[in-house]
Amino acid sequence: MSENTEPRPAAAPDPDRLPAAQATAVEPEPLEDDEAFVTSLDTAGGAHQPSAVPVSTQSGSLPGAPEEESVLRMIFTGNGIVTILAVVLALILGGLLIAMTDKVVGTTAGYLFARPSDFLTAVWSAATSSYVALFQGAVFNPRGAGVAGQFAPLMETLTIATPLITAGLGVALAFRAGLFNIGAQGQIIMAGILASWVGFALHLPMGLHLLLVLVAGVIGGAVWGGIVGVLKARTGAHEVIVTIMFNYIALYFLRYLLDTDLFQRPGADTPISPILDPSAAYPLLFGSQYRLHLGFLLAIAATVFVSWLLNRSTLGFEFRAIGANPKAALTAGINVSRATILVMTIAGGLAGLAGVAQVAGTEKVLTDGVAATYGFDAITVALLGRSSPWGTFAAGVLFGAFRAGAVQMQIQTGTPIDIVLVVQSLIVLFIAAPPLVRAIFGLNPRKKKAATAGKTKQAATTGGAA
Amino acid sequence: MSTTATSPVQGESQPDKSRRPAESAKPVTWKLPVTLAVLATVAFIFFGLLGPQVNAKFGVSSGGDFFQLPAIDVPAFLSGIVLSLILLGLAGYALVLKAKKNQRPPRWLPAVFTVVFVVAFLIWVVGGARTPSISLAGLIAGSVTLAVPIVFGSLSGVLCERAGVVNIAIEGQLLGGAFTAALVASLTHNPYLGLLAAAVAGALVSMVLALFAIKYVVNQIIVGVVLNVLVSGLTGFLFSTVMQSDPEKYNSPGELPIIDIPVLSGIPVIGPILFKQSVVGYLMYVAVIVIWIGLFKTKWGLRVRAVGEHPQAADTLGIKVNATRFWNVTLGGAVAGIGGSFFTLVAIDSFTKEISGGRGFIALAAMILGRWNPIGAFFAALLFGFADNLQSIVTIIGTPVPSQFMAMLPYVVTVFAVAGLVGRSRPPAADGIPYIKG
Repeated sequence: MSENTEPRPAAAPDPDRLPAAQATAVEPEPLEDDEAFVTSLDTAGGAHQPSAVPVSTQSGSLPGAPEEESVLRMIFTGNGIVTILAVVLALILGGLLIAMTDKVVGTTAGYLFARPSDFLTAVWSAATSSYVALFQGAVFNPRGAGVAGQFAPLMETLTIATPLITAGLGVALAFRAGLFNIGAQGQIIMAGILASWVGFALHLPMGLHLLLVLVAGVIGGAVWGGIVGVLKARTGAHEVIVTIMFNYIALYFLRYLLDTDLFQRPGADTPISPILDPSAAYPLLFGSQYRLHLGFLLAIAATVFVSWLLNRSTLGFEFRAIGANPKAALTAGINVSRATILVMTIAGGLAGLAGVAQVAGTEKVLTDGVAATYGFDAITVALLGRSSPWGTFAAGVLFGAFRAGAVQMQIQTGTPIDIVLVVQSLIVLFIAAPPLVRAIFGLNPRKKKAATAGKTKQAATTGGAA
Repeated sequence: MSTTATSPVQGESQPDKSRRPAESAKPVTWKLPVTLAVLATVAFIFFGLLGPQVNAKFGVSSGGDFFQLPAIDVPAFLSGIVLSLILLGLAGYALVLKAKKNQRPPRWLPAVFTVVFVVAFLIWVVGGARTPSISLAGLIAGSVTLAVPIVFGSLSGVLCERAGVVNIAIEGQLLGGAFTAALVASLTHNPYLGLLAAAVAGALVSMVLALFAIKYVVNQIIVGVVLNVLVSGLTGFLFSTVMQSDPEKYNSPGELPIIDIPVLSGIPVIGPILFKQSVVGYLMYVAVIVIWIGLFKTKWGLRVRAVGEHPQAADTLGIKVNATRFWNVTLGGAVAGIGGSFFTLVAIDSFTKEISGGRGFIALAAMILGRWNPIGAFFAALLFGFADNLQSIVTIIGTPVPSQFMAMLPYVVTVFAVAGLVGRSRPPAADGIPYIKG
């Protein structure tokens, strides 16, 4: 029976075959553009029926499907709608939560029956003003100084999205091989430790220095992830538990290091490292007015790499085969142990890239908050992106927008940042359970269709991680 | 990096092996004896040969005891040598058993080894401190206090996983319980109502887990991870908006009183931990015993375990698999919720963001280390509470071991445990696998 319920990544959507432009061109405009955005995530989930044939053996694209038609098909197939509705539903619930705790709403509720319109207006304005502030903080701020100022939020979004994307890719890649990599947090920390040490302790010429920082960081993450792979392959230790424990071990190790002369900034009594050399930092992409740095381009490159790895390489095929059915993969002659170790190493390296982005890009120092919550957010990013490379990329940008916008929202309307966590987790929950979303919106069109859609959706969301 | 296919451990090292029920039939390995031998050698070198040449002083009685015992003075070097020799002896016994009779060491051996190791470690740490003196009574009492939420959390894990549902959401259940306890107790001015509300809140979080895992067959680990984020976001949001707006009204729950059982609470060392607790503390002992008896001595428990091990067989016998799972997960949530109330009703008398601070994950580790057994989980949680408490004491008395490593210890031990280096831990066979009839 386990075979029946085992999620299969072969059914996972495969938007990699989308023209890259389509996935990236969509700017994250949380409210209005969610439809287009989410649809782009979901292309394959709707357009291509899951197939028993491994994706890599299929032809590169669907024959003869013009783009417009496929977009329409995406929207009108069950999965596309569910994804959109899940996002809408999560935003509505978040809005209600904001309204519920709003003071004006509370006052108007006092005379609800005398003047219900006041109450409804208050609810509406409480929820929408927060989301408008979120949007202005994430994408476009009409009050900004000049065009540069108006687009500053967008740049901030992409800056925050950078570590989310790379760490998310790490989680997604492991998902596709059936492994739950909860350990991005620890992998980011270990990468941050190594990368920052190379950054501030060594003094090397431009270019070479940054390269070494990058390599050191990736190695740090890869080793930390690889150990998990080895433990899993050699002893069968469950990777979920091991990665959770490794997160804590990495965190305490970091705290210890920041307490030693090796890492603590001379003269500082707080746990903070020296500032990285300028030669070790990522160059800024659009000048000093934005924080957006080279790391973002590397994130795009990483997405291309993972996309190629999964869909065009033998190794990626092995990963997906193991994710689909480890026993069958073993029977087919795939070295499961080796692949497990490799996939965790690569996943760790990708998360390591996020750590480098933090210390060499955004922060320029090492503190014990180097990983913030990127490692955990990466899990939701990968889930929302359905474990596909470009889906993860888009989900990373969306969550980056949420994060960037939430700061502005808190300043403008006083709505706490935590609302973003609520909305994010609700989106993932709803997407994972399409029948629930359908039931809420009263759409259960044809029973047969609903049933099959439910099944494939579940497989798609779990991406084969068991 | 590449695996050598000829390695002797390869035989039982395929991934997912831990999920298979047939593991008891596998050959006895060298892992445990060798690990014990390595640990014993480390102990002999560090605690023994390199041990501090001072007397470590352990205070046994606290002020309130009805008879006072003198403090114990232990010569650190000598005891280090003796204890590490005992460890070497135990490891040697395990090695001999394996070599001569190809037998697994008896079950008491790892436990005794752990206890002796911890004692030797403690003497070494205290002996090496700037002030080689520590109150043993305070250390143990503090450990139990810190362990309470972990025990409840791990019991929740045991209840869920024995029925075949992986519960990563323990952290969320604890946090939800802590928040609700604070809120309800503040509003009603009655901490007992807060306690009750915490159980309800934990159960609600669990019901979401159960709904998604059982009805919608969503991967249980995903639901758990996401639920943790959701509860963290919700409580954080409501804390900032509601509780912060009027802390007097919404966030001053008042404490559950400590119930002091006369005479008995005056017994040195064990008195305070057994007979001088809050309601939550007493409930912890009750819960451990009740859940153990329930799971292993009653019809209900047999059914639950059947559902967790082989749902199809259970279904054939007429047990409602998914209903059993649903209510077990709900019950687990209620138990964890009570544990969460400990943060806001006993330890600190107000709620703050992320007050559970990852204890839910430690609880998960305790459950595994305790081998999915309530009593095992209880002692594992105590061990974690002990490490936690020792870490804060160590920073005060100043020792050779950095406190961060002390804090790291529980996690390292857990990694060793799941890697099968310390004994064998096997989850219920159907753990995490949804059951679809037909």
